[in-house]
Amino acid sequence: MQLRGRAHLLGDHVDTDGIIPARYLVTTDPGELARHCFEDLDPTLRERIRPGDILVAGQNFGQGSSREHAPIAIKGLGVGAVVARSFAGIFHRNACNVGLPLVECAEARDRVRDGDEVEVDLTAGWVVNHTRGERYAITPLPPFMRYLLQSGGIVEYVRAALAAAEAGGAAP
Amino acid sequence: MGMTLTEQILAAHAGVPRVTPGEVIEVRADFVFANDITAPLAIREFERMGARRVFDPERVAIVFDHYVPAKDIASAEQCRIAREFARRHHLPHFYDVGRSGIAHVLLAEEGFVVPGDVFFGADSHSCNHGALGAFATGVGSSDLAAAMALGRLWMRVPETVRYEFRGRLRPWVTGKDLILHVIGDIGVDGGRYGAMEFVGEALQDLTMDERFSITNMAVEAGAMNGIMEADETVLAWVRPRARRPWTVYRSDPDARVAGVRTYDVSTLEPVVAVPASPGNVVPVREVAGVRVDQVFIGTCTNGRLEDLRLAARVLAGRRVHPETRLLVIPATPAVYRQALAEGLLQAFLDAGAAVSTSTCGPCIGGHMGVLADGEVCVSTSSRNFVGRMGHRQSRVYLANPAVAAAAAVAGRLVHPADVVRDLVPA
Repeated sequence: MQLRGRAHLLGDHVDTDGIIPARYLVTTDPGELARHCFEDLDPTLRERIRPGDILVAGQNFGQGSSREHAPIAIKGLGVGAVVARSFAGIFHRNACNVGLPLVECAEARDRVRDGDEVEVDLTAGWVVNHTRGERYAITPLPPFMRYLLQSGGIVEYVRAALAAAEAGGAAP
Repeated sequence: MGMTLTEQILAAHAGVPRVTPGEVIEVRADFVFANDITAPLAIREFERMGARRVFDPERVAIVFDHYVPAKDIASAEQCRIAREFARRHHLPHFYDVGRSGIAHVLLAEEGFVVPGDVFFGADSHSCNHGALGAFATGVGSSDLAAAMALGRLWMRVPETVRYEFRGRLRPWVTGKDLILHVIGDIGVDGGRYGAMEFVGEALQDLTMDERFSITNMAVEAGAMNGIMEADETVLAWVRPRARRPWTVYRSDPDARVAGVRTYDVSTLEPVVAVPASPGNVVPVREVAGVRVDQVFIGTCTNGRLEDLRLAARVLAGRRVHPETRLLVIPATPAVYRQALAEGLLQAFLDAGAAVSTSTCGPCIGGHMGVLADGEVCVSTSSRNFVGRMGHRQSRVYLANPAVAAAAAVAGRLVHPADVVRDLVPA
């Protein structure tokens, strides 16, 4: 899977209230959530993001609430992937579960500038910076998370487990 | 080599003799829950998974606490979706308005979580229940749907770091100050992906309510869970409430931990987290004098009975400053009833506070107590991110209930001892 778009730089410790304020958690609609994405962090950010663009953030991206509405809102904006120095734990699981690719890459935040054309190559394990002719190594996902993503996320995983239990009559 | 408390519980629930940090395992869930914000999404995913029934209706709760009583049509619709699901699946532990309270306080109070449990909640503060000697962690809606369908969930075994509290607490210093102090020390991702195990003689002096406010905020340091060994205080609390038998696990003496941090609590003063991070922690005296528009005493972190008792001690016979407003929200109907019986609510009302039915509303800027442009709030809650309680230019200071009550009286941030000179501190 390859993703390519313009980079938008974000700082450290971006929290889930900054991604989607709780006042909008009265809907689960991705389009509606996207309309308010990053509203309190940077009210102009969502207007600058084009489908396929890449967010490049610092450490602990997604800290705070367990609201899955946060990765849904980012995905709803059409963001291709989030590259960060590190991610908060619950956000990381949620993003995998809703199919928003997350890439841990220590170097990207230091080297990438706002507006650079970047490409995330999950197969080769690089973030490629086409504007600067550089590439940065991605920290590989733990095998089980890779397996989850490849098998279509947690929904498909559970569906298969339930089907297996029904067929075998054993506990799932 | 032995295992830590967290590893012991996870190994037992994975059905294996031992687990190692970093390893991915599947663990059996003893109890799971979702709230009115996270349940609708979880229900949608549950149905997409093709699940026809929850793994065990006795071990699933739905608790309405965030936007309740419903603040608008959209939140009423969310409640309707969850309400219909609870009826369709005959969930016996469905908590609707009037019988409901803030989930983390309510579920512990009702004895649904016991020592040795694995508990998954679709709310980040589910780590609250670690004070009972359980492995408790917050998850998103899809993970909760998976846990509801299968009765188990995958986990990456966290590394344990031990936080040891030595010495005796000084007056006006509470469990809330201990956890804020730790988060200020290690940072908001200092515990990332890990288990925070709290130990030390100072814990023995803490009530259950204070212990809950410590484990509750483990997530603010990025941790997967916060946990304490179940001692006699825990068991005395659990015995009359538990709905199931429990198992007390203890860390093996030779368990490997990733680190130990020791704090002499006798040197600590009441602290506050200044905007806009729970990690910006300073002694309250350093920021004394900051003008305060609103004070909020409540939430899953500090809306329990001991919190209200402490606040009432400061407020009794005093008045809320004319330019400040005070909002008090008992966390559950049981807390509300007991506060009523003890005369605490009377003290709040006499002081000029608004006292409301149990809800998370103000903590998330959801409804009730939403802040306007430029307003300052002192809150006993757990988060002070930008826009957390309302306008993005409003500011939130996190504090213990005595500091919050003192701020309500003074109309500015102040050490409680400077307000209550004539009162022997708790």
